[in-house]
Amino acid sequence: MTKTVTDVICPFCGTLCDDIEVVLSDDGKKIVEVMNACAIGNEKFHHSQAADRPKRPRMQQPDGSYKEVSYDEAVEFTAQMFAKSKKPLMYGWSSTNCEAQSVGHQIAELTGAVVDNTATVCHGTTLIAVQDVGIPSCTLGEIKNRADRIIYWGCNPAHAHPRHMSRYSIFPRGFFTGKGQASRKVIVVDPRPTDTSNMADYYYQVEQGRDYELLQAFRTALHGHPLPDTVAGIPKEKIYEGAEVMKSGRFGIIFFGMGVTQTLSKNHNIDAAIMLTKDLNEFSKYSIMPMRGHYNVTGSGEVLGWQFGFPYAVDLSRGIARYNPGDTTSNDLLRRGEVDAVFVIASDPGAHFPISSVKKIAKLPSVAVDPHFTPTTEICKLHVPVAFVGIECGGNAYRMDNVPIDTRKVVEPPEGMLTDEQFLEKVLHRVRELKGAA
Amino acid sequence: MAKIQLNLISGRTIQQGVAIEGGKEKPSYRDACGIIELDAEDFSKLGIYRNTNVRVTSAYGTVIVKAVDATQGPHPGLGWIPMGPWANSIVNPNTYSTGMPTFKGTPVEVEPAPNETVLLGIELVQKACRAET
Amino acid sequence: MSEYLIKNGFVFDPTQKLKGDQADVAIKDGKIVDKVANPKVIDAKGMTVMAGALEVHAHVAGPKVNIGRIYRPEDKLFTFRPTEGSHHMEGGFSIPTTYKTGYAYARLGYTTVMEAAMPPLFARHVHEEIRDTPIIDEGAFPVFGNNWFVLEYIKNKELENTAAYIAWLLRVTKGFAVKVVNPGGTEAWGWGLNCLQIKDPVPYFDVTPEEIVKGLIEANEHLGLPHSMHIHGNNLGNPGNYTTTLDTLKLASGYKAKNKFGREQVMHHTHIQFHSYGGTKWADFESKARPVADYVNKHKNITIDVGFVTLDETTTMTADGPFEHHLTELNHLKWANADVELETAAGVVPYIYSPDVFVSGIQWAVGLEIALLSKDPMRCYITTDHPNAGPFTRYPRIMKWLMSQKARDEQIKAFKASDKVVAQSEIANIDRELTLYEIAQMTRAGPAKCLGLSGIYGGLKPGLDADVAVYDFNPEKEHKPMEIEDAFSEVKYLWKTGVPIIMDRKFVSEGKKRTLWVDAKVADNPQVMRDVKEKFVKYYTVTEKNYEVTGKHFIPNPYAIEVDATH
Repeated sequence: MTKTVTDVICPFCGTLCDDIEVVLSDDGKKIVEVMNACAIGNEKFHHSQAADRPKRPRMQQPDGSYKEVSYDEAVEFTAQMFAKSKKPLMYGWSSTNCEAQSVGHQIAELTGAVVDNTATVCHGTTLIAVQDVGIPSCTLGEIKNRADRIIYWGCNPAHAHPRHMSRYSIFPRGFFTGKGQASRKVIVVDPRPTDTSNMADYYYQVEQGRDYELLQAFRTALHGHPLPDTVAGIPKEKIYEGAEVMKSGRFGIIFFGMGVTQTLSKNHNIDAAIMLTKDLNEFSKYSIMPMRGHYNVTGSGEVLGWQFGFPYAVDLSRGIARYNPGDTTSNDLLRRGEVDAVFVIASDPGAHFPISSVKKIAKLPSVAVDPHFTPTTEICKLHVPVAFVGIECGGNAYRMDNVPIDTRKVVEPPEGMLTDEQFLEKVLHRVRELKGAA
Repeated sequence: MAKIQLNLISGRTIQQGVAIEGGKEKPSYRDACGIIELDAEDFSKLGIYRNTNVRVTSAYGTVIVKAVDATQGPHPGLGWIPMGPWANSIVNPNTYSTGMPTFKGTPVEVEPAPNETVLLGIELVQKACRAET
Repeated sequence: MSEYLIKNGFVFDPTQKLKGDQADVAIKDGKIVDKVANPKVIDAKGMTVMAGALEVHAHVAGPKVNIGRIYRPEDKLFTFRPTEGSHHMEGGFSIPTTYKTGYAYARLGYTTVMEAAMPPLFARHVHEEIRDTPIIDEGAFPVFGNNWFVLEYIKNKELENTAAYIAWLLRVTKGFAVKVVNPGGTEAWGWGLNCLQIKDPVPYFDVTPEEIVKGLIEANEHLGLPHSMHIHGNNLGNPGNYTTTLDTLKLASGYKAKNKFGREQVMHHTHIQFHSYGGTKWADFESKARPVADYVNKHKNITIDVGFVTLDETTTMTADGPFEHHLTELNHLKWANADVELETAAGVVPYIYSPDVFVSGIQWAVGLEIALLSKDPMRCYITTDHPNAGPFTRYPRIMKWLMSQKARDEQIKAFKASDKVVAQSEIANIDRELTLYEIAQMTRAGPAKCLGLSGIYGGLKPGLDADVAVYDFNPEKEHKPMEIEDAFSEVKYLWKTGVPIIMDRKFVSEGKKRTLWVDAKVADNPQVMRDVKEKFVKYYTVTEKNYEVTGKHFIPNPYAIEVDATH
């Protein structure tokens, strides 16, 4: 008889769906079926049990191949690396739980490391803008229950957050939105007509990289001021129309993503989007929310925030916490050669950093903690596979709207495999010994 | 052979998401991310069949990917390479003091490269790291 | 466990009516005892000895506190202490990191702190921050005054259901008390609206703040919880709001406290300084501390905490979402807002209480007037609604102002528009100076009693927890006002639950803090459980099974206060 585990939390993206059901074999060891997850979540659960999964740490050999070593050897190598390093970079954190993040921070405080998370290549520029102009926001349930104007700007949830529209933003029938999709008007702004913009009532094909102008144009239109004939490729009539649609709603939300955080104007785009939201509150009730990528990048920001005061790019190398994007961020540190060791966990900079940064990692003492084989693990000196959080161990994670949900353990990890938290505890213990610390 | 100038952007796709969870060491990752989605108009200008390999070059690097039909189009003048090591071989790494590399909006040149191979993801990164002298 | 004997100190302890008597304090196995056999002796000659202080209302742990930290990197610029061995680095001025929060409270001699507002959906976040706050025992107050379940039960006048829901929510969030913030108004804020007066109806739910407050007082007494309903009333911060405050305080009339914890109040009105304003606009803004203090003096079933303005640049943060929007429209500083489905909202805006702005001067005066006009220090407590009116690290400065008219006069003279401050307040005419005994009532015995925790904290009577603070301050000598502030800024010795934490001004241990919560047992209520199930399926975005806070990774050392409300 199979058994079904309900209320499982999917550990992929910031949507953090918590209604997944996993059907297990009757001995509880195999995942037979996964229900309610999107294609990506589905793949994650199933692939966690693939036979070709790395089960033990692997040390890089002089010829570039990898040889299996024990966890004890991996702990020793990692601890030695930290003990000898003057300014290590501890990067990633976004695909593990808050408990592991916290242990990692203890290593960072002890060794004077820089702690950075994937926001550095994702919503870091959002955080910079928030630090300038604040952020009016809400939880996803407020959207479900109240929102009648949904704006997706520079994001494509159909591909990146597949269940977002059905769980929270377009389709659900909430308390004050009983007609579901029919209660809502959807605006999409994207240089490409995407699967998301197919849902739109109003679609703006903005000229790529010109979102800043269009955002400011909407603010201008909102206040009834004159506009040039076109802005960012959009005729002014369309802009005035869109502003009226926004104003006429009773509760609106702007969801935004990499289309505005990674284009040239970066944080200035987000600043403009937040100010548009603030302006809309003169006419109606509006909020804005970043579409966070990894399922616990938000958590990494929260834990860093309450322990050290800053959400990413936290430099502890002088014994106090310092923060200065452009100076203490991973890609800048790597390019300028300002770190002497790299510890990567729960992320893949090898695939997602510009190659010039990855080349620097490859030259440095480096460790990659990841259940998968990735471009990062295959250029670091040591690869430490660990259990999947949310599948083989539990632990807290924060959704894109900052709601904390405690992930569940569904199956046992492979025999003898450690979790992130366990590995970090061992490393911390050994680093303390090496440094003669309390 | 024809060469065209395009504006390159990068980002997520469902296939990219499924591929990374399926294992970046697998060919499915290359199939999902070692591609450039081109608008029909740009295919015409290039004068190549769909699924031909192309060389994409920017001021920051060069990479071989397979040219496929735009799935989220039309977007003449825009090229789309899903996020991953192929895109990151050529995007603008400058952060301009924001910490964030400029992943979206890199001017590139695309030319046909029918005899070149698209590398697997890990292979691509390892080769690049070893090539540095 | 160890034995300690603190000898020869001047003891201020309202639980034993010690008003600076020279007395010894003995500690054994975590408690205050009459005598010890073989103690380590600490000579406290010439020093002041008090129980560890209690913070009855501060925003120190949770989502809006962290928004404040994250969005104000500038708050860390000038205030930091580096890592020292196992003592974590400390950062932040108005919104300290959790490590700093624990250490800074301990330095002041505070050993128990109540997190003033916990949005239930975010309870895990609050508990994670509490876990990462060293030394001090903490509890957190879930907010109820804008909760959809509560609004519906109160509208239908269903006392049993309100009580059952409260008991359920306290258990699943591991919360301590019934907190009410801007009743009804914060639900209205879900549509960008507000309820400023107690009879303004909540949109759709059609229930008034008056009904919400009374309904929650009734439910609280029906359950017999340790603490009373704890309220941040409507219309905070606006000129002329003292009338709304009197309306709110009047709602306590006719209710009597019912509980087994020694609590005598049915309503605790928090940071009442922000609610004691006269005038009609900023130009004629004036203090109405007197009518508010008079009312509280006459009505013994009410307690208050002040919310003193400290004249700093600080960060305001509150579940009064509409107020924070109003504030950003006033001062144009960055505004963060976080509405929470079915439950509440929060807003964060930096604020500068400048001595050059006469309104800030009057706000400063209002807080002091309330305390100085209060006849019963057991019912009026020292807070700054941290960080709203100022950081808690300014408590010694507040003590200085309360204890020294000279210090107050110096501050009054230093205001740019001193004449206006004096003309539109009463502070210059009050010469009362509080004594250390009264301060002990306002920071130890009073808050403990009000929270229903006088059986554990707040005094040095044998049997109570050994939370003991020793300050290098000789009460029998003359002191310049600044010496008061300096002496009470740092304990010489601190014990928490009988464990030495600070010895000779050095941190020697972080102890083993506890998370206080209230476990109220009620009769089974299938109706409420069905309503809970339904709302989770239809309206929440998390499942019912994923809502409850469980696990040692959130609460490593829980301390449940049991209440039998099965009737």
